[in-house]
Amino acid sequence: MERKLLEILERNSRISLEQLAAVLEISEAEVAELMAKLEQDRVVLGYHAVIDWEKANRELVTALIEVKVTPQRGLGFDNIAERIYQYPEVTSVFLMSGGFDLTVIIEGKTMKDVAMFVSQKLAPMEGVQSTATHFVLKKYKQEGFIFGPDTKDQRAAIWL
Amino acid sequence: MSKSWVNSRVQSLQPSGIRKFFDIVAQMQDVVSLGVGEPDFPTPWHVREEGIYVLEKGMTTYTSNAGLLELRREVSRFLAEQYGLEYRAEDQILITIGASEAIDLAMRTVLEPGDEVLIPEPSFVSYAPCAILAGGVPVAVTTTEETEFRLTPDALEKAITEKAKVLVLPYPNNPTGAILERSDLEALAKVICKHDLLVVSDEIYSELTYGTKHVSIASLPGMAQRTIVINGFSKAFSMTGWRLGYAAGDSEIIAGMTKVHQFTIMCSPTVSQYAAIEALRNGMESVKKMRNEYDLRRRFVVHGFRQMGLECFEPKGAFYVFPSIKSLGLSSEEFCSRLLQEEKVAVVPGTAFGSCGEGYIRCSYAYSLSNLEKALTRIGRFVKRMRQQS
Ligand SMILES: Cc1ncc(COP(=O)(O)O)c(C=O)c1O
Repeated sequence: MERKLLEILERNSRISLEQLAAVLEISEAEVAELMAKLEQDRVVLGYHAVIDWEKANRELVTALIEVKVTPQRGLGFDNIAERIYQYPEVTSVFLMSGGFDLTVIIEGKTMKDVAMFVSQKLAPMEGVQSTATHFVLKKYKQEGFIFGPDTKDQRAAIWL
Repeated sequence: MSKSWVNSRVQSLQPSGIRKFFDIVAQMQDVVSLGVGEPDFPTPWHVREEGIYVLEKGMTTYTSNAGLLELRREVSRFLAEQYGLEYRAEDQILITIGASEAIDLAMRTVLEPGDEVLIPEPSFVSYAPCAILAGGVPVAVTTTEETEFRLTPDALEKAITEKAKVLVLPYPNNPTGAILERSDLEALAKVICKHDLLVVSDEIYSELTYGTKHVSIASLPGMAQRTIVINGFSKAFSMTGWRLGYAAGDSEIIAGMTKVHQFTIMCSPTVSQYAAIEALRNGMESVKKMRNEYDLRRRFVVHGFRQMGLECFEPKGAFYVFPSIKSLGLSSEEFCSRLLQEEKVAVVPGTAFGSCGEGYIRCSYAYSLSNLEKALTRIGRFVKRMRQQS
């Protein structure tokens, strides 16, 4: 039940309580209670919209930064990751396997903003060995959603 | 009046009155439709990619008449794993152009002139015409909401005459969403054996059942020899336009059907056959995902109709709901054409699936939740207005 609720919310968190209740075949009160619990337990971290900012005419650059760091005794990577994710311009931080340690995704108004962040804040940070910045040129798909116009329903309106 | 070149059999096939309604729908703009009988999901990408690969490689020749042996082997494995059916790939499976062709072949292969074909209704529209074209005589057997639109042994027994030869078993059912469970099938099997009938079991929606797993009548003791199992790729794998299905059954019957197929079709589309192999090998995860999505929509739509105060039988299969509109005092066709004119929503009158569909409408839920929501809002508004007027 919980799993099913999460799967539905992950795709569409705007679905109403009434609809959730119908689909899960429990009462609205039970749905509300379950959702509150999932939020409280931090299983559900939040709800947001997936937006094509380019279409909304907002200037926005996204960059993916590969970061190599020196892990700290006893703390591993957690401490440094935490120091990085505190910056509001950082939207995601992941610990990686392979040739580098952290993927940092950052959004800024201009490329210069991003470059400034890297050179003035990220690179000089204690424990950061090196960074490699890659700018996103075009977004095709994000979190399961495809950018661009909706695909048209090609089916006839009526068919037996 | 010049003479007609069209033979009387074909002339006798009624292009139903509903045709007019369909023509109006086809010409209207901005219709919110719940009218179609095919999935809204595109064919899973890995299957489409296989099709592209096959085209690139130029694998575009005919295959053997019965279809690629490799595909028949996969079908054989699929039927065994999913439904416990045992059919030999070599001589008990025929690959056809959709379940549609398999239905036609079955009728043409087994019917003698005048043989009666029992067809539970409401049901899909092609059984009776195929029976007629093959020289048979269709006999409608009414199913009702009281028995969850399941064919009952009683109703079957009553419809059987000396001339009865074939029983079509259209479950999971289009348009009602009804299914038959093992106990239903066991009871029916007794009547079928007693009267020595052959079953044409159209199981095209077998992968789309909710809460219970599909049971094929051919899996019951002694039934495999007297059943032609018809299935395909259209619904489960969302492959309607690929035009591919199959029939499985007794080797003598399959040999007969293959003969007809050989002379009329040669072989089913080659690219589709290769894509279907990929679908059966690696597509079950996609099937599951789509099934879960349909199930969600199903509950949403049933709830929506019940909220409107319409009786709505809970469908356990396919992707249709069949709510009753009897309380509104309109005929199915009136309801549908007024709903179309006044709210621009297209649904199908129950009468399209047999006269006992009067008082019902078929709504497909092979649509996104937002489309379903939009349609339900409009239908709700319409229903309220009709209540106030009556
Ligand atoms: C009950 C039933 N049988 C058969 C078919 C035909 O399927 P196919 O695309 O495999 O020819 C349909 C299609 O709507 C159907 O609903």
